[in-house]
Amino acid sequence: MPDNKRDIISKLQKDILLWEGFKPPQTDSADTFGLGPIESAFPNGVFPLGALHELICPTAEQAAATSGFITGILGKLIKQDGVCLWIGSARKLFPSSLSAFNIEPDRMIFIDLKRERDMLWVTEEALKCESLTAVIAELQDINIAQSRRLQLAVESSKVTGFIMRTDLNKAKTSTCVARWRVSPISSETEDGLPGVGFPRWQVELLKVRNGSPGVWKMEWAGRSFVSLDEKVIAHEALERRAG
Amino acid sequence: MRVKRRFVAIWFRHLMTDWMTLKHPGFSELPFVLTTPVRGRVVITAANALAEMQGITTEMAMADARAIIPSLEMMDDIPGQPAKLLKALGEWCIRYTPLIAVDMPDGLILDISGCSHLWGGERAYLGAIIKTLRSKGYDARGAMADTIGTAWAVARFGKVKPIIEPGQQTEALLSLAPAALRLEPLTLERLQKLGFYTIQGFIGMGRPVLRRRFGQEFLMRLDQALGNEDEPMQLLQPVEPYHERLPCLEPIRTATGIEIAIRKLLEQLCHRLEGEGKGLRTAILKCYRVDDKIIQVSIGTSHPSRYIDHLFKLFELKVPLIEPALGIELFTLDALKVEDVEPEQEVLWSTTSGGLEDGRLTELLDKISNKMGAATIHRYLPQECHWPERSIKQAKTLQDKRMTAWRTDRPRPSLLLQKPEQIQVTAPIPDYPPMLFVYKNKVHQIKKADGPERIEREWWLEKGEHRDYYYVEDQDGQRYWLFRSGHYSDGQPKQWFIHGFFA
Repeated sequence: MPDNKRDIISKLQKDILLWEGFKPPQTDSADTFGLGPIESAFPNGVFPLGALHELICPTAEQAAATSGFITGILGKLIKQDGVCLWIGSARKLFPSSLSAFNIEPDRMIFIDLKRERDMLWVTEEALKCESLTAVIAELQDINIAQSRRLQLAVESSKVTGFIMRTDLNKAKTSTCVARWRVSPISSETEDGLPGVGFPRWQVELLKVRNGSPGVWKMEWAGRSFVSLDEKVIAHEALERRAG
Repeated sequence: MRVKRRFVAIWFRHLMTDWMTLKHPGFSELPFVLTTPVRGRVVITAANALAEMQGITTEMAMADARAIIPSLEMMDDIPGQPAKLLKALGEWCIRYTPLIAVDMPDGLILDISGCSHLWGGERAYLGAIIKTLRSKGYDARGAMADTIGTAWAVARFGKVKPIIEPGQQTEALLSLAPAALRLEPLTLERLQKLGFYTIQGFIGMGRPVLRRRFGQEFLMRLDQALGNEDEPMQLLQPVEPYHERLPCLEPIRTATGIEIAIRKLLEQLCHRLEGEGKGLRTAILKCYRVDDKIIQVSIGTSHPSRYIDHLFKLFELKVPLIEPALGIELFTLDALKVEDVEPEQEVLWSTTSGGLEDGRLTELLDKISNKMGAATIHRYLPQECHWPERSIKQAKTLQDKRMTAWRTDRPRPSLLLQKPEQIQVTAPIPDYPPMLFVYKNKVHQIKKADGPERIEREWWLEKGEHRDYYYVEDQDGQRYWLFRSGHYSDGQPKQWFIHGFFA
């Protein structure tokens, strides 16, 4: 009875998740981010909120792509009157660009600091503030002790934190639930018209706690995410039917 | 409830000559002027009423004035005297209101909120001030309004009535000359050239239009006159009544002791603020040590607040900075800046609504600004301007609402370089995007491009070339915002810049 065994295994897996503190989604109405296949890489198939995410972006191009990806997620997360905090040292983020990702730029408060130590302090204080929707911090480096402090802050306040890390050390351990890398890939316009199309990214989930890492291709289609892998399949299916 | 503010502006038309007449009574029946040498000429700086009646004005050369009145008397002007005089006059006026500011070069500003009923109404009050000043020998004119700007304008240019009813600033200003708005001479000249002889002519125009033509300063003056923007007063006698003292029997040497002292002082201060409907914006704590040293720490809040726990948390961050040494024997707490509190605030502190008005967010930002400095916190609002660097402006407070919508019709990069960086390009002319560009020693082959989007400078404000922006994608799928500065012209290599990175 292989089916039976599979059932048992999946039930056991769920039990383990429950013991580890992952609650299954309450109802089906749980918000999705339109991330499609990426969401299923997480335990219970839910994008973890109220947790720390770590994004590696050593180059300016990747930083641009990463901030686009984060703001796309925030656009869904930020409700009617949510507020986000963006902490950085040499901030280049252009507030006007946020409106292309469904965020009103005046709902974002920027904290510009010089020293890494100050940034960590502000990040921790901000993560403790329950009235914020999310905190994004551009840190150069974060060690395990510091990330544990941030994790403790997040656990009680349920604020979602995104750490944009500029150092390359991928193997570094931290308490973040997921480690991402977002890089830009070439865009395509509809019907091959000249010009630049919607932004496209290669989203790599390098590490997920209790989930399965993977690589996906995503496009920000004006107002929401579209998974390119799905799009390709759908396109092929269409062609097959037509043929 | 916020107290409705009222102001009186007093204008001394012949301040210096009136004073001279008082000093030398013999001059009271003669036309005379005060002069000062400027670049080899003797120029008139002040003329008395008799001289002015015969056509003598300030900035006229003495020789020309002598041609009009051969018997004209002259005296040397005393630099710095008007400031001294105004200060003395202001101090004398303290009998009418405690809040008085000197308005150089020839006026006084009185904040008379809640004072006039003591003289039996506004008319009697203003009448009393002006009559007394005139009887002292000063030719004074006064006006009363809701804002300093309007009172100033009506005192100098008004012809109808000196008392402007609450909320009637706009009506009072309409028929006055633009000079009544206290504008720069350059702006006045420009207004004159454009044919705006009264405020009526431009007050109805859109704000972005006015800002573009006459600058931000112009809008600020207009707002100050209309009451949309607060105008600070530099008080002659600064009021500093919010002062609490806590002497200690035994010198205090521990952090716990200091914390208890701060809490006690805050309790006293906040109790008083509550009674007066005020909230604290900045406060300074002074610790007097046994060895005669004084240690100061200060805090500031983004909202007027009298919420003890919140204020205490702000001071708590500063406690490590207080070095007690042998002990502290006296603590004093001064509230340097106090503002009226909107009554709703009590409710706000406890809400769980989220959003920009949330009390917990305010607390967090206060904490950050006290530790790191208020200049580290930024929030942006859209500004109607196409030039990318000026398309956003800093919001002054958390409550500032945007006046215009954020534009999304044009692609704008996620990261914008503070300063565009120059790049080397190979580009076919005249207006094709480049084929490749070199940035930081790396060659980028351009595969896809959009543009150009031409953005002109605001040429009436600054000089320089326009920019032609291209949205390009290179062989690795990385997207950039490039621009060429200016037109192609003969023989000159054109400069290309990188200005941003797209997501």
